[in-house]
Order: sequence, then structure tokens, then C-alpha cells
Amino acid sequence: MSAPGLLAAGRAQIQRDLRLVWRRRGDALQPVLFAVMVIALFPLALGGEHEQLARIAPGVLWVAILLAGLLTLDVLFRSDVDDGSLEQLLLSPAPLAWLIAMRVLVHWAVTALPLLLLTPVFAELLFLPGRLLTPLMLSLALGTPLLSLIGAMVAALTVGIRRSGILLAVLALPLYVPVLVFGAGAVVAADQGLSSWIGAIYLLAAGLVLALVLAPLAAATALRIALS
Amino acid sequence: MNSPASDPAPLLECRGLCFSRNEEPIFGPLDFTLAAGTAIQVLGGNGAGKTTLLRVLAGLLPASQGEVHFQGRSVDQQHLVQGTAFLGHLPGHKADLSALENLQFTAALHASALAPEAALTDVGLAGFEQQQARRLSAGQNKRLALARLRLSAAPLWLLDEPYANLDRDGIALVNRQIGDHVNAGGAVLLTTHGAYAPPPVPMHTLELRA
Repeated sequence: MSAPGLLAAGRAQIQRDLRLVWRRRGDALQPVLFAVMVIALFPLALGGEHEQLARIAPGVLWVAILLAGLLTLDVLFRSDVDDGSLEQLLLSPAPLAWLIAMRVLVHWAVTALPLLLLTPVFAELLFLPGRLLTPLMLSLALGTPLLSLIGAMVAALTVGIRRSGILLAVLALPLYVPVLVFGAGAVVAADQGLSSWIGAIYLLAAGLVLALVLAPLAAATALRIALS
Repeated sequence: MNSPASDPAPLLECRGLCFSRNEEPIFGPLDFTLAAGTAIQVLGGNGAGKTTLLRVLAGLLPASQGEVHFQGRSVDQQHLVQGTAFLGHLPGHKADLSALENLQFTAALHASALAPEAALTDVGLAGFEQQQARRLSAGQNKRLALARLRLSAAPLWLLDEPYANLDRDGIALVNRQIGDHVNAGGAVLLTTHGAYAPPPVPMHTLELRA
């Protein structure tokens, strides 16, 4: 398949997925609302202790956004398997891994991107010191696509199993841990004035590059196996 | 029409094709050839493995044993996928999208020369372009799936029970589509219960026994 063909196929896949999200916008809003609720409830639960909130803010933001992405992971490929769309994607001339990459892009744009844009507001809400906003935004900008890519791989692995929600979470969480450690860790290191925080960001970037290439291929293979 | 004899390599040739699931044989060994410009009707009772055979030929399942030659070349699972269009029991399109949106997606994936609107008109769904697929009847959904076949350039059509859910006009439509495709040098492998008038094309039968 030629390059313009690939671009057209990718555009069609993005357009289709965005349309589907729009038709079910109530469902699509769920992860964002979940994260907003968690982040809004923390200051209420802890009372007005600003220093305490500020200290846990990076962790809270990271965990809330990570779990929000996990919520919709189970349905990433499920409906396509159930209605036979996935078979048709397999039989189309466009490479499956490419179409999956587009699908993950839409998942990220719908679940993580709105939260990323709201992060400055959340940071205010949790009294995060202003100088930590840059490391936090950087770590989230690199970490959330990585989470979506890893999640897609796990979702593809478990799609052949009915009611795999728990299994998916159990499989995904250990893979999420390093991302969380480096992501939240970068902000903590920056807070302690360590110049090494940028190192964790570089590691996240390296992980993202690796996952961008490998995760769609792995997910495509897993989906082929799940269908047979 | 291409005559099978003048064609050097048949479109599809299977030798000793077997499929077993968990050591239990589902079908085979099967030997058959399908020349361009002809069709094969796969017969067999429920559970004889008709659908499984079609899924193996579509490259959705790996064959347990045997060889498949496609256009004269021995192919593996990956390469079969490229030359086949598959119509299964599942709709294969999204219920939340309109008939036209579904076909536009297929047309873009296959870089189709035919306009999606024309494909819809061909299957008698003109006027339902903006209707969400979930609001179409079972027969209309089948027609939408048939429209998708027209958008693919694949020479080999694998049709699993193409007549299911269709009214008399729909059955005539399927036969007309098969006829057009076969006359244009394509080939069709279809499964049916046999209670329908066969399409007017050179046809062989392949019997599967459970």
C-alpha cells in the first residue's frame, strides 16, 4: 500500500473513531469526569492543609489520570470484535498495526488530552507550586500516550476473553508502574531541587518512542490470535 | 468470461487442506481448485465446518495442514488476507454509524474506485444513507454488508450464507452481484443451505461432511 493510501486509511480510521466517540459522548466523558472527581475530592478529604496537599499533588494527579485511562481500555477493541468490524479491518489492504495506532491516538486524544489541558487547573486546586507545573506537564505529555499504547497491547491480549475487565487491570497495572514511577518521580525530583529530574523525562521519552513502534505491532499480532 | 481451461493458474487451489481445533478435526483433507470466472458452492449440514473453511481461506484462521495456492503462488495466512473479501454472519460495520458513513470508511480503507453512494444505490439502500445501521432491519444490514463487497478490489469473494435474512429481491440481488463479479473475472466461494436458486454462473459444489 502506498503512502497516500496509508494516510487516507489513517484519516478514515480517525474520522470513524471520533464519530463513534461523538455518538456515545456520554460514555466518552466518563474517564474525564472520573479523574475530575478524584482530584476534586482530595482537597475536601484532607481539609485545608496546603503543604500536605502540595506534597501529594503530583502523585494524586498521576494516579487519577492513569486510572481514568484504564476505565475505557476494555472497550477499545471489544465492540469491533463483537460486530465483526475487526475481521473487516484485518481483510483491508491497510496494515492492521497502522489502524491500531490511529485507534490508540483517538483513545489518548479523548481520555488523556482533555485531562492534560485541565492539569494547570488541577494543579491550582491541589496547591502545587508553580515551578513544578512544567515538570508535571512534561511528564504527563510523554507518559499518557505511553500508557495508552501499553494499554492497547493488553486490551488486545484480553479481547478474546469475556468479561476481562479485572484481568485487564491486573495485567496492565504492573506495566503501568514504571511509567508512574518515572512520571511522578520526575516531579518529586524537581521539587527536591535535583537537576536529575530531566533524566526521568528522557527515559519516558525513550519508552514512548519504543512503544510507538512496537505496541501497535504487538497489539495487531495479539488481535490476530484473539480472532483465531 | 474467462474459461477455466485457458487460464494457466487457477485463482485458488487447495491441496490437502485440513483444520482441527484442539486435536479435533473440523474439516478436511480437502482438494479443490477454483478458477477465475467460476464459483463453488460449499454444501454441508450444520457443524460440518463450512464457516471454518471460509475463515481459513480468508486468512482469519491458520490452516492446520495443507497448501493453499492463490493466483499460482503458494501463500500463507498473511497473504491470503490481501486478495479476499469476506462476508460473514456478523454485520462487519458499526451500528452507531450511518449506512453511508460505514461505506465511506470501507471505501477509504480499500482506496475504492466506486463511490459509496453508488454502492448503496446498487443494493437498494438509496434513501437510507443517513440512517444509523442500528435502525436498519436485519435484511437491510445484510444489504449494507453486500455493498461493502463491491468496494473491495479483491478477486476472491468468500460469502458465508449470503442469502440469510434477505427477501426475494435481496436474493436476486445477491445472485446478480455474484454474476457480475464472476463475469468480471472474479471467483466466489459461497455456503448456503441449498434452498435458494443458485446464481447463473459456472458452479461446482464441494461437499463437507461432519
